[in-house]
Amino acid sequence: MSTVTDSAPAINPIYSRRRRADIVVRALCVGAAAFGVTWLALILFTLFLNGLAGLNFQLFTESTPPPGASSGGLLNAIVGSLIMTFIGVGIGAPLGMLAGTFMAEYGRHDKLTSVVRFINDILLSAPSIIIGLFVYGAVVVPMGGFSALAGSLALAVIVIPVVVRTTEDMLLLVPGPLREAASALGLPRSLVIRRIAYRAARAGIITGVLLATARVAGETAPLLFTALSNQFWSLDLTSAMANLPVTINNFVQSPYEYWKQLAWAGALLITLAVLTLNVGARILGAERTKK
Amino acid sequence: MNGLNVAVDMAAVAMPHMPEPDAKITVRDLNFFYGQSKALKNINLTLGTNRVTAFIGPSGCGKSTLLRIFNRMYDLYPGQHAEGQVLLDTTTNILDPKLDLNLLRARVGMVFQKPTPFPMTIYENIAFGIRLYERLPKSEMDGRVEKALRGGALWDEVKDKLNASGLSLSGGQQQRLCIARTVAVQPEVILFDEPCSALDPISTAKIEELIAELKEDYTIAIVTHNMQQAARVSDRTAFMYLGELIEFDSTQHIFTNPTDRRTQDYITGRFG
Repeated sequence: MSTVTDSAPAINPIYSRRRRADIVVRALCVGAAAFGVTWLALILFTLFLNGLAGLNFQLFTESTPPPGASSGGLLNAIVGSLIMTFIGVGIGAPLGMLAGTFMAEYGRHDKLTSVVRFINDILLSAPSIIIGLFVYGAVVVPMGGFSALAGSLALAVIVIPVVVRTTEDMLLLVPGPLREAASALGLPRSLVIRRIAYRAARAGIITGVLLATARVAGETAPLLFTALSNQFWSLDLTSAMANLPVTINNFVQSPYEYWKQLAWAGALLITLAVLTLNVGARILGAERTKK
Repeated sequence: MNGLNVAVDMAAVAMPHMPEPDAKITVRDLNFFYGQSKALKNINLTLGTNRVTAFIGPSGCGKSTLLRIFNRMYDLYPGQHAEGQVLLDTTTNILDPKLDLNLLRARVGMVFQKPTPFPMTIYENIAFGIRLYERLPKSEMDGRVEKALRGGALWDEVKDKLNASGLSLSGGQQQRLCIARTVAVQPEVILFDEPCSALDPISTAKIEELIAELKEDYTIAIVTHNMQQAARVSDRTAFMYLGELIEFDSTQHIFTNPTDRRTQDYITGRFG
């Protein structure tokens, strides 16, 4: 900074105005960033403060306690969340990848692709409670009751647009000349996609799936109307299943201290899981840019 | 530099009226369209077997477009079509809509402007293409990969790191890897689309030497913006302008005594 002033002793008014503007804008940017990060830090701090006390072995070995009890864990909710997230991603990710592949590879110049992209973007920003209500009407009512399957489907509907978007974007980032080079060797299109384009976009596509997983791991609204929750241990996909978000939602509103404690611990668990997934996605993404 | 001497020798070899060898590719009355706009107008020429044919001309003159017809690369994109006749070996009609493009591209290979190694190891970059057409035991595949890398003048530099990523090589090495990959599937024709425009002079000289060696076994077409390069590597040169083939003759003739005024203006850098 000082060298700049030294070399320009007669400070040009235009230049000094620019410098003042720069300082103001920079201060605003730093302030805005700090403002955002502060809340995140406060949330994490509160979570750890309240959740750490509840983190114990019992949490992973015992199911949710009845009202008023002073012992119990979250086993059924943890397992239920894992199952439904796994099935939801298992259904949604392949569908999303196939759709994204169509849009980026086969239908790149197709009108259908722009239509699908538009609808997908709407789905991407649709409130998750709407998706829960949709699955309630489409699956829960005809099946005659809440079920883990319905919950998984609701999560899948949330996963699909995220994966469609990232798969398409990542495939579009694969340079055209790479595809041409593969075609020039005599590769049929299916092999160009499977062996070259997927390979080049692999880290990005996996990152998208991880981010989608992180997103649905904490979704509450779509499960409220579909999987509901279950106080007991259950692996039956056709009946209501416990899960962390809805359990937290229920326990936090209860008058029982122990339930509240469990809710904090559950919230911390989800946050840690999501954090891990996001960091994993970050590391994968960094590897991609390194290449 | 060695490349220059080679160029002088080759220019001496390419006499203006040396007899034309058998045509490998014959182009007759070729017109090409991007949608409605006509990019190539009534092109007629032949690529002689085991000859290097250079295409020069200002940007947008259609030389890359012409090259991409020889392996139907344009088919990857909608709205582009060619009319006329393009024959490979006088027997295969390249423009035939029913032609198996994968087999055509196995016979007519292509090297691009930017090096395009596949995101896999150096070894796999070569073996990948071979496996498309042949199933070989490991030992035989090793031999083929080595032969191809030697063919691309890259073997000595990579023989100790065949399992390193193809992307870890320098730009010039990557381009030679791409040439080796093309050679590995044993095509008959190799198309070079400005293969050196992203490379430094030393890498460029290596690739030019390589092209001189490759013409022993392959018919070569090269698009270049570098006129010295065209003069150094090619036997015959085609000058194109605004989608037309203005002049096509022995390289020596084009660069010493061009018939058309526009060719002369272009090669002397007076093109406005």
